[in-house]
Amino acid sequence: MDHTSNDNESPEGRRGFLKCMAMAGAGTLWLMKGGVLQAHGLADGNAGIAAPDATFSFVQVSDSHIGFHKEPNMDVAGSFRDCLARATHQRSRPDFILHTGDLTHLSRPEEFDTVAQLVRDSGAPHTLYVPGEHDVIGDNGAEFFKRFGEKQADGGWYSFDHRGVHFVGLINVLNLKAGGLGFLGPDQLAWLKKDLAPLSASTPLVVFAHMPLWNLYESWGWGTDDSAEAMTYLKRFGSVTVLNGHVHQVQQKVEGTVTFHTARSTAYPQPAPGVGPGPGPLKDIVAGSLKHYLGVREVRHVRGAQALAVAEEALA
Amino acid sequence: MRMGMMASALALAWMATVSNAMAAKATPSAPPGPRVEIQNFAFMPKTLTVPAGSKVVWTNLDEEPHIVTSAGGGFANSPGLDTNDSYSFTFSKPGTYAYYCSIHPMMMGTIVVQ
Repeated sequence: MDHTSNDNESPEGRRGFLKCMAMAGAGTLWLMKGGVLQAHGLADGNAGIAAPDATFSFVQVSDSHIGFHKEPNMDVAGSFRDCLARATHQRSRPDFILHTGDLTHLSRPEEFDTVAQLVRDSGAPHTLYVPGEHDVIGDNGAEFFKRFGEKQADGGWYSFDHRGVHFVGLINVLNLKAGGLGFLGPDQLAWLKKDLAPLSASTPLVVFAHMPLWNLYESWGWGTDDSAEAMTYLKRFGSVTVLNGHVHQVQQKVEGTVTFHTARSTAYPQPAPGVGPGPGPLKDIVAGSLKHYLGVREVRHVRGAQALAVAEEALA
Repeated sequence: MRMGMMASALALAWMATVSNAMAAKATPSAPPGPRVEIQNFAFMPKTLTVPAGSKVVWTNLDEEPHIVTSAGGGFANSPGLDTNDSYSFTFSKPGTYAYYCSIHPMMMGTIVVQ
């Protein structure tokens, strides 16, 4: 995921950022301006990136799958702990962490206990969650919402404002229909429409949910049935960043002013769309290279630019 | 999960019975029950036709958990099935029973009971 830099802005923040990334080795810094993504390889140290005026940053982690104990990762708790340590010790001190779902593998109480314990022990800043389909097995998410829900609305979805950016956490892993994909549902869509209505079009938006809110690969269920309806509410905004998990790899798409990203898992990688028989764990990886496939994502908000810089950080 | 584990234990017991039966050739071997395997995010066979009164056994061979979920409420849903967990349901009434996995809804199957 290395890309070439062509940005010409102040180098000051980039140096600091590179220091953070040095621990990680490979990584990519994403700078979004007006809906257009610019990718920056972290190895090419000459060009600068407009980070000194960043007002804040946050980190995305995803798909920790606590409870999974097979190849290629027999220690998903250990790799989640590493990711949290990395997230917590970023030089820029992220204001909070977003976990975009599949905290657990099987929604078992002891798995949720482990997640809570690992987050607590890491000294992580405030952490917000949305459930993945692995977190709602058997009880439609009752256990998840009891422990990790924001409890703003009956359906579990929520929003908040943070230093000029409006964040929306959506749930698209419940009430899934036979033959369908992820599902938001009419109640949540009505809430979203109402939630966004008072905002000015210049408000930067970050929308996060577990399953991709764009149809990345339908035959593996990588999409959301009614995401197009949600997009009609988002498209009037000048800067929309959509963060998802579920697919255990980095994928991006730009659609007008909306930029979609999926995150790596902190547990195990999955194959690229359509490669192999199904979207199960990718086991056929070179021994010792697992950490290249795992990672965290840091997002910085840059004041005035209405742009978010999204950095991918692999664990190795 | 408890049901799934019980079902697994039953399946193992059943397999043990079958292998014992095969080992002791004098004993007529029990006919294999109707089975659906879950592998690579698919139910196999996708459509299974059985006589009324049959006990259908689903076994999850994926690393991912799956949930056998009736599309029309025609039979009881399984709990979350971890790798190698099984679930069974006895279909007493003829009919067509569509089902899917409620966490991977692109996975669909049908049991036709005659």
